[in-house]
Amino acid sequence: MKNKKAETLEDAVGRIPDGATLLIGGFGQPGVPEILIEGVCDLKRRDLTIVTNNAGTGHSGIARLIGEGCVSKLVCSFPWAKESFVFKELYDAGKIELEIVPQGTLAERMRTAGAGLGGFLTPTGVGTDLADGKQTMNVDGKDYVLEKPLPGDFALIKAYKVDPRGNLIYRKTGRNFNPIMAMAAGHTIVEVQEDVAIDDLDPEVIVTPGVFVDTYYVTGWYEIGKERKAS
Amino acid sequence: MSDEQTNLLTRQQIAARAAQDMEDGWLVNLGIGMPTMIPAFIPGDRDVMFHSENGLIGMGPPPAEGEADQDLISAGKELVTMVPGGAYVHHTDSFAIARGGRLDCAVLGAFQVAANGDLCNWRLPNQTSGSVGGAMDIAAGSKRVFAMMTHTARDGAAKIVAERSYPLTAGGVVTRIFTDMAVISVTPDGLVLDEVAPGLTADEVQAVTDAPLIMNNVGIIPVAA
Repeated sequence: MKNKKAETLEDAVGRIPDGATLLIGGFGQPGVPEILIEGVCDLKRRDLTIVTNNAGTGHSGIARLIGEGCVSKLVCSFPWAKESFVFKELYDAGKIELEIVPQGTLAERMRTAGAGLGGFLTPTGVGTDLADGKQTMNVDGKDYVLEKPLPGDFALIKAYKVDPRGNLIYRKTGRNFNPIMAMAAGHTIVEVQEDVAIDDLDPEVIVTPGVFVDTYYVTGWYEIGKERKAS
Repeated sequence: MSDEQTNLLTRQQIAARAAQDMEDGWLVNLGIGMPTMIPAFIPGDRDVMFHSENGLIGMGPPPAEGEADQDLISAGKELVTMVPGGAYVHHTDSFAIARGGRLDCAVLGAFQVAANGDLCNWRLPNQTSGSVGGAMDIAAGSKRVFAMMTHTARDGAAKIVAERSYPLTAGGVVTRIFTDMAVISVTPDGLVLDEVAPGLTADEVQAVTDAPLIMNNVGIIPVAA
Protein backbone atom coordinates (compact mmCIF):
# COMPACT_ATOMS: atom_id res chain seq x y z
CA MET A 1 0.00 0.00 0.00
CA LYS A 2 1.27 3.45 -0.85
CA ASN A 3 2.34 5.28 2.29
CA LYS A 4 0.43 8.56 2.43
CA LYS A 5 1.38 9.47 5.98
CA ALA A 6 3.79 12.38 6.43
CA GLU A 7 5.82 12.08 9.62
CA THR A 8 6.72 15.77 9.76
CA LEU A 9 5.03 19.00 8.74
CA GLU A 10 7.91 19.70 6.34
CA ASP A 11 7.28 16.31 4.68
CA ALA A 12 3.61 17.21 4.31
CA VAL A 13 3.96 20.63 2.68
CA GLY A 14 7.59 20.94 1.55
CA ARG A 15 6.84 20.02 -2.06
CA ILE A 16 4.73 23.17 -2.60
CA PRO A 17 6.70 25.48 -4.94
CA ASP A 18 6.62 29.21 -5.59
CA GLY A 19 3.71 30.20 -7.83
CA ALA A 20 1.44 27.30 -6.85
CA THR A 21 -2.35 27.56 -6.62
CA LEU A 22 -3.55 26.32 -3.21
CA LEU A 23 -7.15 25.43 -2.36
CA ILE A 24 -7.46 25.94 1.39
CA GLY A 25 -10.47 24.52 3.25
CA GLY A 26 -12.52 25.99 6.05
CA PHE A 27 -15.47 28.27 6.67
CA GLY A 28 -14.98 30.54 9.66
CA GLN A 29 -12.62 28.62 11.93
CA PRO A 30 -14.01 25.05 11.58
CA GLY A 31 -12.24 22.99 8.93
CA VAL A 32 -9.31 25.35 8.44
CA PRO A 33 -6.03 23.37 8.21
CA GLU A 34 -4.27 25.76 10.57
CA ILE A 35 -1.18 23.60 11.11
CA LEU A 36 -0.60 23.05 7.37
CA ILE A 37 -0.96 26.78 6.71
CA GLU A 38 1.66 27.55 9.35
CA GLY A 39 3.88 24.98 7.64
CA VAL A 40 3.43 26.76 4.29
CA CYS A 41 4.23 30.11 5.94
CA ASP A 42 7.51 28.68 7.20
CA LEU A 43 8.47 27.70 3.63
CA LYS A 44 8.48 31.42 2.70
CA ARG A 45 7.19 30.74 -0.81
CA ARG A 46 6.24 33.59 -3.13
CA ASP A 47 3.55 34.31 -5.72
CA LEU A 48 1.01 31.81 -4.39
CA THR A 49 -2.62 31.96 -5.50
CA ILE A 50 -4.96 30.90 -2.72
CA VAL A 51 -8.57 29.87 -3.11
CA THR A 52 -10.55 29.90 0.12
CA ASN A 53 -13.81 31.33 1.44
CA ASN A 54 -12.47 34.14 3.65
CA ALA A 55 -9.51 36.50 3.56
CA GLY A 56 -7.92 35.48 6.85
CA THR A 57 -8.58 36.28 10.49
CA GLY A 58 -6.36 38.32 12.80
CA HIS A 59 -2.66 37.73 12.24
CA SER A 60 -2.33 33.94 12.04
CA GLY A 61 -3.13 31.26 9.46
CA ILE A 62 -4.16 32.65 6.08
CA ALA A 63 -3.72 36.20 7.40
CA ARG A 64 -0.07 35.40 8.22
CA LEU A 65 0.47 33.84 4.79
CA ILE A 66 -0.93 36.99 3.17
CA GLY A 67 0.83 39.36 5.58
CA GLU A 68 4.24 37.82 4.93
CA GLY A 69 3.89 38.52 1.22
CA CYS A 70 3.55 34.89 0.10
CA VAL A 71 0.29 35.46 -1.80
CA SER A 72 -0.13 37.38 -5.06
CA LYS A 73 -3.78 36.51 -5.68
CA LEU A 74 -6.77 35.59 -3.52
CA VAL A 75 -9.93 33.95 -4.87
CA CYS A 76 -12.75 34.03 -2.29
CA SER A 77 -16.39 34.90 -1.60
CA PHE A 78 -16.15 37.01 1.54
CA PRO A 79 -13.05 39.24 1.57
CA TRP A 80 -14.19 42.21 3.63
CA ALA A 81 -14.82 40.83 7.11
CA LYS A 82 -13.55 43.11 9.88
CA GLU A 83 -11.08 40.47 11.04
CA SER A 84 -9.47 40.35 7.56
CA PHE A 85 -7.57 43.59 8.12
CA VAL A 86 -4.21 42.15 7.02
CA PHE A 87 -5.63 41.36 3.56
CA LYS A 88 -7.30 44.78 3.32
CA GLU A 89 -4.05 46.59 4.03
CA LEU A 90 -2.21 44.73 1.25
CA TYR A 91 -5.14 45.06 -1.16
CA ASP A 92 -5.37 48.82 -0.57
CA ALA A 93 -1.62 49.05 -1.21
CA GLY A 94 -2.07 47.27 -4.55
CA LYS A 95 0.04 44.30 -3.44
CA ILE A 96 -2.52 41.52 -3.90
CA GLU A 97 -5.04 40.70 -6.58
CA LEU A 98 -8.64 39.71 -5.67
CA GLU A 99 -11.25 37.64 -7.49
CA ILE A 100 -14.65 37.57 -5.79
CA VAL A 101 -16.76 34.49 -6.52
CA PRO A 102 -20.24 33.76 -5.13
CA GLN A 103 -19.88 31.04 -2.50
CA GLY A 104 -21.93 28.36 -4.23
CA THR A 105 -20.18 29.09 -7.52
CA LEU A 106 -16.80 28.88 -5.80
CA ALA A 107 -17.64 25.41 -4.48
CA GLU A 108 -19.17 24.20 -7.74
CA ARG A 109 -16.22 25.46 -9.84
CA MET A 110 -13.91 23.29 -7.76
CA ARG A 111 -16.25 20.31 -7.91
CA THR A 112 -16.41 20.75 -11.67
CA ALA A 113 -12.61 20.69 -11.87
CA GLY A 114 -12.53 17.52 -9.79
CA ALA A 115 -15.27 15.89 -11.85
CA GLY A 116 -13.51 16.39 -15.18
CA LEU A 117 -16.11 18.79 -16.56
CA GLY A 118 -15.53 21.85 -18.71
CA GLY A 119 -17.82 24.18 -16.82
CA PHE A 120 -21.40 24.55 -15.67
CA LEU A 121 -24.39 26.85 -16.11
CA THR A 122 -25.69 28.58 -12.99
CA PRO A 123 -28.55 31.02 -12.37
CA THR A 124 -26.35 32.64 -9.70
CA GLY A 125 -25.11 36.09 -10.67
CA VAL A 126 -27.21 36.57 -13.81
CA GLY A 127 -27.41 40.32 -14.53
CA THR A 128 -24.91 41.23 -11.79
CA ASP A 129 -21.42 42.73 -11.78
CA LEU A 130 -19.97 39.32 -10.99
CA ALA A 131 -21.14 38.00 -14.36
CA ASP A 132 -19.41 40.81 -16.27
CA GLY A 133 -17.30 39.40 -19.07
CA LYS A 134 -18.75 35.92 -18.69
CA GLN A 135 -20.78 34.11 -21.30
CA THR A 136 -24.50 33.78 -20.56
CA MET A 137 -26.81 31.21 -22.09
CA ASN A 138 -30.55 30.78 -22.20
CA VAL A 139 -31.64 27.19 -21.70
CA ASP A 140 -35.35 26.41 -22.03
CA GLY A 141 -36.28 30.00 -21.26
CA LYS A 142 -34.03 30.58 -18.26
CA ASP A 143 -30.78 32.59 -18.19
CA TYR A 144 -27.56 31.12 -16.85
CA VAL A 145 -23.94 32.21 -16.46
CA LEU A 146 -21.23 29.88 -17.79
CA GLU A 147 -18.72 29.24 -15.01
CA LYS A 148 -15.42 27.47 -15.60
CA PRO A 149 -13.57 24.88 -13.52
CA LEU A 150 -11.26 26.07 -10.73
CA PRO A 151 -8.54 23.47 -10.16
CA GLY A 152 -5.67 23.74 -7.70
CA ASP A 153 -2.11 22.48 -7.78
CA PHE A 154 -2.53 21.54 -4.12
CA ALA A 155 -5.44 21.29 -1.72
CA LEU A 156 -4.78 21.91 1.97
CA ILE A 157 -7.69 20.50 3.93
CA LYS A 158 -8.65 19.39 7.43
CA ALA A 159 -10.43 16.18 8.41
CA TYR A 160 -11.43 14.39 11.60
CA LYS A 161 -10.22 10.82 10.96
CA VAL A 162 -8.16 9.08 8.30
CA ASP A 163 -7.28 5.44 7.63
CA PRO A 164 -4.11 4.26 5.86
CA ARG A 165 -5.83 4.42 2.46
CA GLY A 166 -6.55 8.11 3.03
CA ASN A 167 -10.30 7.63 3.47
CA LEU A 168 -11.68 10.61 5.41
CA ILE A 169 -14.51 11.64 7.65
CA TYR A 170 -15.08 15.17 8.89
CA ARG A 171 -16.54 16.77 11.98
CA LYS A 172 -19.75 18.88 11.99
CA THR A 173 -19.46 22.20 10.09
CA GLY A 174 -15.74 21.54 9.71
CA ARG A 175 -16.69 19.60 6.57
CA ASN A 176 -17.60 22.65 4.41
CA PHE A 177 -15.30 23.05 1.37
CA ASN A 178 -12.86 20.31 2.38
CA PRO A 179 -14.29 17.30 0.47
CA ILE A 180 -14.72 19.46 -2.64
CA MET A 181 -11.17 20.79 -2.57
CA ALA A 182 -9.84 17.25 -2.06
CA MET A 183 -11.30 16.37 -5.49
CA ALA A 184 -10.05 19.45 -7.29
CA ALA A 185 -6.29 19.48 -6.74
CA GLY A 186 -3.35 17.73 -8.33
CA HIS A 187 -2.05 16.84 -4.87
CA THR A 188 -4.25 16.85 -1.77
CA ILE A 189 -2.66 17.29 1.64
CA VAL A 190 -4.80 16.62 4.72
CA GLU A 191 -4.22 17.61 8.29
CA VAL A 192 -6.20 15.22 10.41
CA GLN A 193 -6.99 14.94 14.09
CA GLU A 194 -6.61 11.17 14.34
CA ASP A 195 -5.45 8.22 12.22
CA VAL A 196 -7.16 4.86 12.60
CA ALA A 197 -6.57 1.34 11.33
CA ILE A 198 -7.89 -0.09 8.08
CA ASP A 199 -11.54 -1.10 8.53
CA ASP A 200 -12.03 1.24 11.52
CA LEU A 201 -13.98 3.65 9.29
CA ASP A 202 -17.37 2.35 8.15
CA PRO A 203 -17.29 2.40 4.31
CA GLU A 204 -20.93 3.57 4.41
CA VAL A 205 -20.00 6.86 6.09
CA ILE A 206 -16.69 7.75 4.43
CA VAL A 207 -17.11 11.22 2.91
CA THR A 208 -13.88 11.48 0.94
CA PRO A 209 -12.47 8.24 -0.48
CA GLY A 210 -8.71 7.89 -0.30
CA VAL A 211 -8.38 8.14 -4.08
CA PHE A 212 -8.63 11.92 -3.58
CA VAL A 213 -5.95 12.01 -0.86
CA ASP A 214 -2.20 12.04 -1.49
CA THR A 215 -0.67 13.00 1.85
CA TYR A 216 -1.92 13.22 5.42
CA TYR A 217 -0.36 14.63 8.57
CA VAL A 218 -1.76 13.80 12.02
CA THR A 219 -2.04 16.77 14.36
CA GLY A 220 -4.16 15.58 17.29
CA TRP A 221 -6.92 17.79 18.69
CA TYR A 222 -6.23 21.48 19.16
CA GLU A 223 -8.25 24.55 20.02
CA ILE A 224 -9.11 26.21 16.71
CA GLY A 225 -8.79 29.88 15.86
CA LYS A 226 -6.12 30.69 18.44
CA GLU A 227 -3.48 33.18 17.43
CA ARG A 228 -0.25 31.29 16.84
CA LYS A 229 3.04 33.05 17.08
CA ALA A 230 5.05 33.16 13.87
CA SER A 231 7.94 30.78 14.33
CA MET B 1 -38.48 62.34 18.22
CA SER B 2 -41.32 62.53 15.71
CA ASP B 3 -44.53 60.52 15.99
CA GLU B 4 -43.44 58.51 13.00
CA GLN B 5 -40.27 57.31 14.70
CA THR B 6 -42.04 56.26 17.88
CA ASN B 7 -44.37 54.07 15.82
CA LEU B 8 -41.57 52.10 14.19
CA LEU B 9 -41.36 48.41 15.04
CA THR B 10 -38.34 47.17 16.96
CA ARG B 11 -36.05 44.57 15.40
CA GLN B 12 -37.66 41.92 17.58
CA GLN B 13 -41.13 42.96 16.41
CA ILE B 14 -40.11 42.75 12.76
CA ALA B 15 -38.65 39.28 13.42
CA ALA B 16 -41.82 38.22 15.25
CA ARG B 17 -43.95 39.32 12.29
CA ALA B 18 -41.74 37.57 9.72
CA ALA B 19 -41.82 34.41 11.87
CA GLN B 20 -45.60 34.25 11.43
CA ASP B 21 -45.06 33.64 7.69
CA MET B 22 -42.82 30.60 8.25
CA GLU B 23 -45.03 27.65 7.39
CA ASP B 24 -45.07 24.19 8.91
CA GLY B 25 -42.63 21.90 7.11
CA TRP B 26 -40.50 24.63 5.57
CA LEU B 27 -36.70 24.63 5.19
CA VAL B 28 -35.53 28.22 5.63
CA ASN B 29 -32.21 30.03 5.21
CA LEU B 30 -31.61 33.12 7.32
CA GLY B 31 -29.21 35.87 6.30
CA ILE B 32 -26.84 37.40 8.83
CA GLY B 33 -28.11 40.13 11.17
CA MET B 34 -31.81 40.73 11.86
CA PRO B 35 -33.11 37.53 10.17
CA THR B 36 -31.24 35.38 12.72
CA MET B 37 -33.74 36.64 15.35
CA ILE B 38 -36.64 34.84 13.64
CA PRO B 39 -36.32 31.29 15.11
CA ALA B 40 -37.14 32.47 18.64
CA PHE B 41 -40.55 33.64 17.37
CA ILE B 42 -41.67 30.59 15.36
CA PRO B 43 -45.00 29.35 16.77
CA GLY B 44 -44.38 26.18 18.78
CA ASP B 45 -46.75 23.99 16.76
CA ARG B 46 -44.81 24.50 13.51
CA ASP B 47 -41.93 22.33 12.35
CA VAL B 48 -39.56 24.75 10.61
CA MET B 49 -35.97 23.65 9.85
CA PHE B 50 -33.15 26.11 9.30
CA HIS B 51 -30.43 25.69 6.67
CA SER B 52 -27.07 27.33 7.19
CA GLU B 53 -25.03 27.46 4.00
CA ASN B 54 -21.83 26.29 5.68
CA GLY B 55 -23.31 22.81 5.64
CA LEU B 56 -25.88 22.57 8.40
CA ILE B 57 -29.47 21.45 7.87
CA GLY B 58 -31.36 21.74 11.12
CA MET B 59 -29.58 24.62 12.81
CA GLY B 60 -30.64 25.09 16.43
CA PRO B 61 -30.24 27.91 18.95
CA PRO B 62 -26.93 28.98 20.54
CA PRO B 63 -25.49 26.34 22.89
CA ALA B 64 -26.10 26.37 26.62
CA GLU B 65 -23.10 27.39 28.69
CA GLY B 66 -20.43 24.68 28.63
CA GLU B 67 -22.00 22.88 25.68
CA ALA B 68 -20.42 24.79 22.79
CA ASP B 69 -18.63 22.75 20.13
CA GLN B 70 -15.85 24.56 18.29
CA ASP B 71 -16.74 22.73 15.05
CA LEU B 72 -20.41 23.76 15.03
CA ILE B 73 -21.07 27.28 13.78
CA SER B 74 -23.61 29.17 11.67
CA ALA B 75 -22.92 31.00 8.41
CA GLY B 76 -22.69 34.14 10.57
CA LYS B 77 -19.84 32.33 12.38
CA GLU B 78 -21.71 32.15 15.70
CA LEU B 79 -21.60 28.98 17.81
CA VAL B 80 -24.89 27.10 17.33
CA THR B 81 -26.45 23.69 17.94
CA MET B 82 -28.10 21.12 15.73
CA VAL B 83 -31.70 19.99 16.22
CA PRO B 84 -32.65 16.28 16.29
CA GLY B 85 -32.97 14.98 12.74
CA GLY B 86 -30.46 17.42 11.31
CA ALA B 87 -27.68 16.65 8.82
CA TYR B 88 -24.23 17.92 7.90
CA VAL B 89 -23.41 18.36 4.21
CA HIS B 90 -20.46 19.72 2.27
CA HIS B 91 -20.52 23.00 0.39
CA THR B 92 -21.67 21.82 -3.01
CA ASP B 93 -24.57 19.88 -1.49
CA SER B 94 -25.44 22.88 0.66
CA PHE B 95 -25.60 25.11 -2.41
CA ALA B 96 -27.37 22.46 -4.47
CA ILE B 97 -30.09 22.72 -1.83
CA ALA B 98 -30.14 26.50 -2.35
CA ARG B 99 -29.92 26.64 -6.14
CA GLY B 100 -31.96 23.51 -6.67
CA GLY B 101 -35.10 25.02 -5.18
CA ARG B 102 -35.13 23.06 -1.91
CA LEU B 103 -35.22 26.16 0.26
CA ASP B 104 -38.84 27.11 0.85
CA CYS B 105 -37.76 30.56 1.90
CA ALA B 106 -34.70 32.75 2.42
CA VAL B 107 -34.95 35.78 4.69
CA LEU B 108 -32.26 38.28 3.76
CA GLY B 109 -31.29 41.81 4.67
CA ALA B 110 -31.36 44.39 1.87
CA PHE B 111 -29.99 47.80 0.94
CA GLN B 112 -32.64 48.23 -1.74
CA VAL B 113 -35.62 46.31 -3.11
CA ALA B 114 -37.27 47.29 -6.40
CA ALA B 115 -40.95 47.03 -7.31
CA ASN B 116 -40.16 44.08 -9.62
CA GLY B 117 -38.49 42.15 -6.79
CA ASP B 118 -34.88 43.01 -7.64
CA LEU B 119 -32.75 42.45 -4.55
CA CYS B 120 -29.68 44.58 -3.81
CA ASN B 121 -27.78 43.55 -0.71
CA TRP B 122 -24.17 42.70 -1.48
CA ARG B 123 -22.39 45.93 -2.35
CA LEU B 124 -23.02 49.65 -1.96
CA PRO B 125 -22.78 51.78 -5.13
CA ASN B 126 -19.82 53.74 -3.77
CA GLN B 127 -17.84 50.58 -2.99
CA THR B 128 -15.62 49.03 -5.63
CA SER B 129 -15.99 45.59 -4.10
CA GLY B 130 -18.18 43.67 -1.69
CA SER B 131 -18.42 40.47 0.28
CA VAL B 132 -20.93 38.44 -1.69
CA GLY B 133 -20.73 35.25 0.35
CA GLY B 134 -23.68 33.00 -0.47
CA ALA B 135 -26.18 35.81 -1.08
CA MET B 136 -26.40 35.50 -4.88
CA ASP B 137 -26.79 31.71 -4.88
CA ILE B 138 -29.40 31.69 -2.14
CA ALA B 139 -31.39 34.60 -3.58
CA ALA B 140 -31.32 33.11 -7.09
CA GLY B 141 -32.43 29.65 -6.00
CA SER B 142 -34.82 29.93 -3.08
CA LYS B 143 -38.52 29.35 -3.76
CA ARG B 144 -39.33 32.59 -1.93
CA VAL B 145 -37.12 35.48 -0.86
CA PHE B 146 -38.24 37.69 2.00
CA ALA B 147 -36.41 40.98 2.47
CA MET B 148 -36.17 42.09 6.10
CA MET B 149 -34.89 45.60 6.72
CA THR B 150 -35.55 49.08 8.02
CA HIS B 151 -38.01 50.86 5.73
CA THR B 152 -35.61 53.71 5.00
CA ALA B 153 -31.84 54.16 5.08
CA ARG B 154 -30.18 56.03 7.95
CA ASP B 155 -30.22 59.24 5.91
CA GLY B 156 -33.96 58.82 5.33
CA ALA B 157 -33.64 57.65 1.70
CA ALA B 158 -36.24 55.15 0.52
CA LYS B 159 -35.01 51.55 0.30
CA ILE B 160 -38.11 50.35 -1.55
CA VAL B 161 -37.91 51.88 -5.01
CA ALA B 162 -39.51 51.76 -8.47
CA GLU B 163 -36.20 50.78 -10.11
CA ARG B 164 -33.00 49.76 -8.41
CA SER B 165 -29.95 52.05 -8.46
CA TYR B 166 -27.74 49.75 -6.39
CA PRO B 167 -25.68 46.79 -7.65
CA LEU B 168 -27.90 43.76 -8.21
CA THR B 169 -27.75 40.59 -6.11
CA ALA B 170 -30.54 38.71 -7.92
CA GLY B 171 -33.23 39.94 -10.30
CA GLY B 172 -36.96 39.73 -9.59
CA VAL B 173 -36.65 37.36 -6.64
CA VAL B 174 -38.13 39.16 -3.62
CA THR B 175 -41.67 38.02 -2.86
CA ARG B 176 -42.35 39.83 0.43
CA ILE B 177 -40.83 42.72 2.38
CA PHE B 178 -40.88 43.07 6.18
CA THR B 179 -39.84 46.46 7.57
CA ASP B 180 -40.19 48.49 10.73
CA MET B 181 -43.18 50.20 9.10
CA ALA B 182 -44.98 47.68 6.92
CA VAL B 183 -45.43 44.29 5.31
CA ILE B 184 -45.45 44.54 1.51
CA SER B 185 -46.00 41.82 -1.10
CA VAL B 186 -44.27 41.91 -4.49
CA THR B 187 -46.85 40.93 -7.13
CA PRO B 188 -47.03 41.02 -10.93
CA ASP B 189 -49.32 44.07 -10.54
CA GLY B 190 -46.84 45.90 -8.32
CA LEU B 191 -46.19 46.33 -4.60
CA VAL B 192 -49.18 45.60 -2.38
CA LEU B 193 -49.26 47.17 1.06
CA ASP B 194 -50.58 44.35 3.24
CA GLU B 195 -50.05 45.71 6.73
CA VAL B 196 -48.75 48.80 8.50
CA ALA B 197 -47.26 49.12 12.00
CA PRO B 198 -49.73 50.16 14.73
CA GLY B 199 -50.11 53.93 14.77
CA LEU B 200 -49.01 54.43 11.17
CA THR B 201 -51.24 55.18 8.20
CA ALA B 202 -50.89 53.75 4.71
CA ASP B 203 -50.19 57.26 3.42
CA GLU B 204 -47.33 57.70 5.87
CA VAL B 205 -45.76 54.48 4.56
CA GLN B 206 -46.31 55.56 0.95
CA ALA B 207 -44.58 58.89 1.70
CA VAL B 208 -41.28 57.11 2.47
CA THR B 209 -41.60 54.53 -0.33
CA ASP B 210 -40.30 55.45 -3.81
CA ALA B 211 -42.69 53.13 -5.66
CA PRO B 212 -46.48 53.17 -5.79
CA LEU B 213 -48.16 50.95 -3.21
CA ILE B 214 -51.44 49.22 -4.01
CA MET B 215 -53.71 49.65 -1.00
CA ASN B 216 -56.72 47.39 -0.53
CA ASN B 217 -57.77 46.29 2.95
CA VAL B 218 -54.52 47.33 4.61
CA GLY B 219 -54.19 45.53 7.94
CA ILE B 220 -52.34 46.38 11.14
CA ILE B 221 -49.22 44.37 12.05
CA PRO B 222 -50.08 42.45 15.22
CA VAL B 223 -47.62 43.37 17.95
CA ALA B 224 -47.36 41.57 21.26
CA ALA B 225 -48.03 43.83 24.24
